[in-house]
Amino acid sequence: MIPAIEAKQVYKHYGPVSALVGIDLEIEQGEFFALLGPNGAGKTTLINVLAGLTLASNGVAKIMGHDVVRNYREARRVVGVVPQELVFDPFFSVRETLSIQSGYYGLRNNDAWIDEVLYHLGLRDKENANMRTLSGGMKRRVLVAQALVHKPPVIILDEPTAGVDVELRRSLWSFIKRLNGDGHTIVLTTHYLDEAEELCSRIAMLKKGEIVALDSTKNLINNVSGYLIRLRLSSEALPSDLQPLLESYAEGCFILRVNNYSKIEDVLAAFRIEQIRVLEMELMQPDLEDVFVKITGNTKDMESV
Amino acid sequence: MNGFYTLFHKELLRFWKVGLQSIFAPMIATLIYLFIFSHVLEERAQAYPGVTYPVFLIPGLLMMAMLQNSFANSSSSLIQSKISGSIVFVLLSPLSYMEVFVAYVLASIVRGLLVGAGIYLVILIFFDMPLQSLSWVFIFALIGNGFLGVLGVIAAIWAEKFDQLAAFQNFVILPLTFLSGVFYTIHSLPPFWENISRFNPFFYVIDGFRYGFFGISDVSPYFSLMIVGIGFLAVSWVTLRMLKIGYKLRQ
Repeated sequence: MIPAIEAKQVYKHYGPVSALVGIDLEIEQGEFFALLGPNGAGKTTLINVLAGLTLASNGVAKIMGHDVVRNYREARRVVGVVPQELVFDPFFSVRETLSIQSGYYGLRNNDAWIDEVLYHLGLRDKENANMRTLSGGMKRRVLVAQALVHKPPVIILDEPTAGVDVELRRSLWSFIKRLNGDGHTIVLTTHYLDEAEELCSRIAMLKKGEIVALDSTKNLINNVSGYLIRLRLSSEALPSDLQPLLESYAEGCFILRVNNYSKIEDVLAAFRIEQIRVLEMELMQPDLEDVFVKITGNTKDMESV
Repeated sequence: MNGFYTLFHKELLRFWKVGLQSIFAPMIATLIYLFIFSHVLEERAQAYPGVTYPVFLIPGLLMMAMLQNSFANSSSSLIQSKISGSIVFVLLSPLSYMEVFVAYVLASIVRGLLVGAGIYLVILIFFDMPLQSLSWVFIFALIGNGFLGVLGVIAAIWAEKFDQLAAFQNFVILPLTFLSGVFYTIHSLPPFWENISRFNPFFYVIDGFRYGFFGISDVSPYFSLMIVGIGFLAVSWVTLRMLKIGYKLRQ
């Protein structure tokens, strides 16, 4: 099967600055895929290259087999992009905006599908409102709707839930999940790692224009982080056998990293031998945050993922 | 074709929805110019035999209004959507760069012609206006508006801020229009300035347009048409190149 998205050795330079450094990426049709990385990692640049909004300095990008430069018309027909910036045309109402957007793809009489999209995004009662009068969250919904007017097989969402309330996040994701269920390929970037963890089957992590991790969400979480145990002990010192497991020590608590549950028994056995009592114990499920911190190696970036 | 038509239609709607400002205002401004000039300069000698000075002024003012508005249409539409970011919807669409080009330029032509037609109709009420050849009038109106529509696209792609666009308008478009013989025949100029004027493409637009009304002009209308035609093709080629390589739009 033709991959939904294919990038081969994609570079993008802005003068001496390199935004993308040899990106190789293949996303299968039907995937729910996340691009994660700190600000400036190159996520948006990569999306822009795929969407044809930015021309790559080098390399090839294809959407559903169509080269985004050489066959740009075909490529753009099969992709819908929700841009990160809240942009709108102040001259038109919501419905006019969507009809015009349909028209760009050569679609007339697209009202049935526009109605459906408006309904699922909770925009029905705003359809005749001018774009200027809408709140930020509503404008965001219109952006999503605009990306969907031509029912693109590949949908790319660049931080669709940034600055959006919980209710919209929920309704938006349930709609996107439905589209994914119908066979649409979904690629997203998000601020919220829990969203990526819950929704996406595969994840690429970017740092400084390079892909530093690319795996299924499950593998990333399993392999990279294992489990963390937080312990408060009757002793000030950790048995020497356990030193290699020590992740950090703060406020009287040891945090140990173990690869699997059976390792916990070994830990407890070590305490018994040394006659150390466990005062408090908490098993922490690893999540993407851990993976992310570990891979990008920079806790400060976390806030601005 | 539908995609092109949509963009063209959207561009028409854009200025039509603010028609008071985009069509009516320039009509009023031009008519005020005309009434003031014709009142003050009534006594002035005839520019051409049998053509009073106010009547001589009319084609120039008409063309000037059209040129300014066709330039304003494509340039302001593009720069607004560039700065607000909504240009992204056109850039994401499968429209070819040729379709984008033609849609913007055609909408500029329509706006220019509407402004020109509006002024012309009012003028017919107050002045006894000759019309030697409607075809020449129409051809030069068309190509003049097209020329400035294209320049508007170039200026808006190049400009990154509103003040850069304003600079282009004030330092390029405005002097070229005012010094193109709107208010005089270049034969009335000292030889040096007459020669300089011959390098101004706008001069040929206005001269040819005036020929359509009076049957008299400073140079042959065929020669003017050739010059303006070459100019139009040259700026169109440049613009299409810019759009094709995504100059400033897809960097």
